Amino acid sequence: MGSNMAENHPVGFQWVMEARERGARIFHVDPRFTRTSAMATDHIRIRPGSDIAYLGGLINFILEHGREFREYVTAYTNAPVLIGEDFRDTEDLDGLFSGYDAESGTYDPSSWQYAGMEMHGAAGQRESGVSAAHAAGGGGGRLESGEPPEEDPTLEHPRCVFQLLRKHYRRYTPQFVAETCGCSADQFLDHANALCDASGRERTGAFVYSVGWTQHTVGVQYIRAAAIVQLLLGNMGRPGGGILALRGHASIQGSTDIPTLYNLLPGYLPMPHAERYGDLDGYVAANEQPTGWWGNMRAYMVSLLRAYYGQRATADNDWGFGWLPRIDKDDSAYRTTMAMIDGTVKGFIVAGENPAVGNANGRAHRKALASLDWLVVRDLFEIETAAFWYDSPEVAAGEIRPEDIGTEVFLMPAADHTEKDGSFTNTQRLLQWHHAAVQPKGDCRSELWFYYHLGRLVKERLEDSPLQRDEGFRALTWDYPTHGAHEEPSAEAVLAEINGWDLTTGEPLGGFPQLKDDGTTACGCWIYCGVHAEGVNQAARRKPRWEQEHYTALEWGWAWPANRRILYNRASADRDGRPWSDRKRYVWWDADEGRWTGYDVPDFEVSKPPDYRPSEDARAQDAIAGDHPFVMQGDGRGWLFVPQGVVDGPMPTHYEPAESPGPNPLYRQRANPARQDIEHRTNPENPVPDVPGEGPYPHIATTYRLTEHHTAGGMSRTVAVLSELQPEMFCEVSPALAELEGLEHGGWAVVSTSRAEIETRVMVTHRMAPTEIGGRTVHVIGLPYHWGSRGLVTGGSANDLTGIAMDPNVHIQESKALTCAIRPGRLAGGGGRGAA
Amino acid sequence: MSVRRSVARWPVLRQLRGMDRQGVGAAAQSDRSRAWRARTEDPDRTVASICPYCAVGCGQLVHVKDGEVTHIEGDPASPISRGRLCPKGQASRSLSQSPLRQYRVRYRRPYATVWEDLPLEQAMEMIADRIVAARADTWEEVTASGAPARRTMGIAQLGGATLDNEENYLMRKLTAGLGIIQVENQARI
Amino acid sequence: MTTERADALAAPHGGNCADGWRTYGDDAQERVGFFTDTSICIGCKACEVACKEWNDVPDDGFAFTGQSYDNTGALGANTWRHVAFIEQDRPVRVPDATPPAPHPPGGDTGAADGFRWLMSSDVCKHCTHAACLDVCPTGSLFRTEYGTVVVQEDICNGCGYCVPACPFGVLDRRERPNASVVKPDGRVHKCTLCYDRLKVGEEPACARACPTDSIQFGELDELRRRADRRLEKLRAEGWADAHLYGRDPHDGVGGFGAFFLLLDRPEVYGLPPDPVVATRHLGEMWRWAAAAAGAVVALVAAVFAGGRR
Repeated sequence: MGSNMAENHPVGFQWVMEARERGARIFHVDPRFTRTSAMATDHIRIRPGSDIAYLGGLINFILEHGREFREYVTAYTNAPVLIGEDFRDTEDLDGLFSGYDAESGTYDPSSWQYAGMEMHGAAGQRESGVSAAHAAGGGGGRLESGEPPEEDPTLEHPRCVFQLLRKHYRRYTPQFVAETCGCSADQFLDHANALCDASGRERTGAFVYSVGWTQHTVGVQYIRAAAIVQLLLGNMGRPGGGILALRGHASIQGSTDIPTLYNLLPGYLPMPHAERYGDLDGYVAANEQPTGWWGNMRAYMVSLLRAYYGQRATADNDWGFGWLPRIDKDDSAYRTTMAMIDGTVKGFIVAGENPAVGNANGRAHRKALASLDWLVVRDLFEIETAAFWYDSPEVAAGEIRPEDIGTEVFLMPAADHTEKDGSFTNTQRLLQWHHAAVQPKGDCRSELWFYYHLGRLVKERLEDSPLQRDEGFRALTWDYPTHGAHEEPSAEAVLAEINGWDLTTGEPLGGFPQLKDDGTTACGCWIYCGVHAEGVNQAARRKPRWEQEHYTALEWGWAWPANRRILYNRASADRDGRPWSDRKRYVWWDADEGRWTGYDVPDFEVSKPPDYRPSEDARAQDAIAGDHPFVMQGDGRGWLFVPQGVVDGPMPTHYEPAESPGPNPLYRQRANPARQDIEHRTNPENPVPDVPGEGPYPHIATTYRLTEHHTAGGMSRTVAVLSELQPEMFCEVSPALAELEGLEHGGWAVVSTSRAEIETRVMVTHRMAPTEIGGRTVHVIGLPYHWGSRGLVTGGSANDLTGIAMDPNVHIQESKALTCAIRPGRLAGGGGRGAA
Repeated sequence: MSVRRSVARWPVLRQLRGMDRQGVGAAAQSDRSRAWRARTEDPDRTVASICPYCAVGCGQLVHVKDGEVTHIEGDPASPISRGRLCPKGQASRSLSQSPLRQYRVRYRRPYATVWEDLPLEQAMEMIADRIVAARADTWEEVTASGAPARRTMGIAQLGGATLDNEENYLMRKLTAGLGIIQVENQARI
Repeated sequence: MTTERADALAAPHGGNCADGWRTYGDDAQERVGFFTDTSICIGCKACEVACKEWNDVPDDGFAFTGQSYDNTGALGANTWRHVAFIEQDRPVRVPDATPPAPHPPGGDTGAADGFRWLMSSDVCKHCTHAACLDVCPTGSLFRTEYGTVVVQEDICNGCGYCVPACPFGVLDRRERPNASVVKPDGRVHKCTLCYDRLKVGEEPACARACPTDSIQFGELDELRRRADRRLEKLRAEGWADAHLYGRDPHDGVGGFGAFFLLLDRPEVYGLPPDPVVATRHLGEMWRWAAAAAGAVVALVAAVFAGGRR
């Protein structure tokens, strides 16, 4: 669901095809019939933006029919935990949870807590206002001890999580799913039964998703809903199970782990906040979890500061914590775009991204670029973001002239993957090294070269500065060996710093359990600690698959953390540490040896026995019992109900997209009450009709990629052998919509939203079909987003149409479900027109 | 090649002499065809790499001859990809050698209508100057309410998901060190 | 000639023999080919790209065809692997279990049930009896020691006789100007089954790349056995229309070196249902050859005449 794996991850899909050949049923639940649907055993068509209704239906089906894996649920999840008496469900408050503040549009989660537990004040602050993206990787919630105070192992208590789930989802019946999602109840039931049949001791089932789930105003809750299904079915931490996020760029996982994200430092450490705590002690107190592995946050942070500031970070200066910049509001990408338009951002460096066509509301981005003093674009090609000042729909339409744009632009040619050393982190958290094969030509240089030499040049300018603001920067360590005629920095030296050292011996660290909070270790990213263990580049390991001991191939590359291939894999064994079944054997307790063993690196302290019970005052990992596999959580359990860490509710609820075709069938509260809209003149929102399928924007649109192209086309519209395979922008419409709007197959159409309009070729196909909402037919239009004005093949950019309404947890825009209008014909002059 | 050998290899003669009376097999084979062998047979080196497109992380083998990449193909040893590549991964030599590749720094003055050339070193100096100046102009030592801020909101940075971890690390370290807050990448999209 | 052709069916290493293969004597290698199993083709076109990357085949133009996701159209001088996309209002297999309800609420929502999207990667068939080979007056087309059929670009003069001879429309002259650096040269270009790679023990580029192993390379006899097992499995699973195309050594071209498992009739994929080698009647062929020779003589004379002017 939310993924078109055969098209966008074709080589990964070989394993799905193998599973199909071995008898697995593959369900593709998707608004479109894609190449993935064609290969699946079953395709279930649902309306864009209705996935939580569908997943909620699965949860309800499992609970109403007793199909949960009871032993797993009772032991490994928070199903038995009692929630406080003040909690109110959306069923009580017509679409709102308790704690909602209408003025700010945010939740206070104090009423969502485990009964008998006070919420730690600062932890609550951390999760509201400022992004809680770190919660996705960092424990999120906070418990003062490893065991919740009140539990009911029979799962009967009306305030236990299990019963709260039942109540929350009881209206998600097969009929509700059918009416809300537009599939048939029988299809849904067939899927629900098959999924339950494929779960339990002997079997596991997996979910695969991609940006079809994340690009929604309730994106995090989509994934949460799948997590509930998988926890109830006992599919987490087990081979063949899980929820697999298929990410779209070679190292997009890596750029989240070692984040180039405003609110994170390496290893999901939160960026310091300006208002909430003065020093490192305050930061740690506010952000750590006393129990679970996040209980060592101070060690992770001090080690990072020692990597950043070297010997200048001392106990006396709080390890340099005060030098780090502070955040105090949402400064994510789209907010920054608006800040550019409003004139507060002077300079902008873009490296390997193409916001002029790749980000939602392309016109706003191009306007932002035109508002800068200076812009640096680092890319292999002269992409739209570099050429915006003379080659854009606005320039083509005569709305703006190059002579009117004051932005100074540097286009800096980059090196590609064959021209530099480095590691990518793939979608399964696996770091793999690529070796330079040739030297880059001309002025082409790696980003490593660019940032290293840029830092060196800025340091030259500030090295004698007496100003306080420059003190921290002057303390930043910036010594990396270089080689060759280009003075290319050593990527492996950087990897060694990421891995870290024991500063007392100078030896490379072997793993994050060795990190200390007393300044004797340095580590640039705690979750990557071990990637350079023993001074060996573990990411460059390439023992051929046919020589590996197990199918897990542990000697190929290196997966964080600690080279584990499946997270929480202690859950692949029962409470006593025995495999749930022989055919699903993965990691188990070897009583004779007194250690965990198996086909993977156990995601558990290797000698902690299954019957280990923590003492009252145990801290960090010591507070996690021997039968609690989810070691990053404060209570060691998988969370069906999330008391803290997700800002828009403890349980996923069906809300309509920000631009929905009509009202919410469940509640008066139509869309996510905590969603974030950017109210800016460049970002108007389409009006929502009272009656589905009416109004100026009556149709649903959804954007996507094709196999033949890559994202916004920077790496494919520039390549002839790819460009010829999908040479023009097109929209996909059903025969019914074609008839309704007078569209001709192979002809032209103009698609419009309140942001812009673009022209596209028309593909009329039975792969698209209208959907039914409340007895009314609503049409769906498919829009690949690969095109722009540059490259070998050009065309309208779908992202000119998309708007910016965001998920409140991660600030990702809703480009998978919006509304639009369509008409036959072309735009005058071929350009686009829009609101900005 | 001597004239006699050339004549001896004339297909018609071979056809008349040999088993290939129809002249559709061995007799028709030209010298070029006989000598034609895979250009990857004898590379200067073959370098292990990883596909730069999506996040599956398929293994690649990059064959190099005379300082140029001659072919990129899947690495059979990879337990992830087993030597296979999708059209994009298979096109990565064409990506690397695309005629549209940018090899020189390009510079556009404010309000200009054309690109200009600019030496790389000079461009780097100019960018460093602009960062120092923009940071100084927009520095916030404290927030409006007086809390420590130690940041600039005048410089933004975008990108990272297509880059190496080591590159992201330096980018993150440099921007955090300079107090640059607005650092983002495709993971936000 | 009939006798000679029957005699030719005795292959050097067993199996049926392709014309000209025996001429290599002891140098003949096992006959190799492709088995393209369309039941697991995901339509990614990695084969098209891998072929072009290896063989430096230029692009085929940047034109939107509207034929589903197929924008290269057909096999030709600039497309040696071609993936066809066929959208059909029928299920891919007849399920043995209870089928889901035929229609979602609201009626015509189309594809949720009985719809399928067939994808198939086409390629030169490397026929056992290859008409292109028979009609080539220059010896450019030849049978290799692997039993495959290859155009020798150093010999081809672009006469084009092979073009109509091929029952599949594979052979094509590179004439259309395109955006790439490779110039139109008027010569014929087609799949070589990566002859150069075979010689160093590498499988052809398309088979190497194919993410799902839809394209399998190997010794033809083994591929045929594998295909038979595969067909049996699919039939048992309810893929009622699955069949092998070009596997039969007794068909009109003596079987393909590159054969297919299809899920519908060949015509649906744009393939001839019963291909016949155009040179089955060799007398006819000789008449053509004589005519061709005459034409060449006339042409040469004309050129010389023109040259003297």
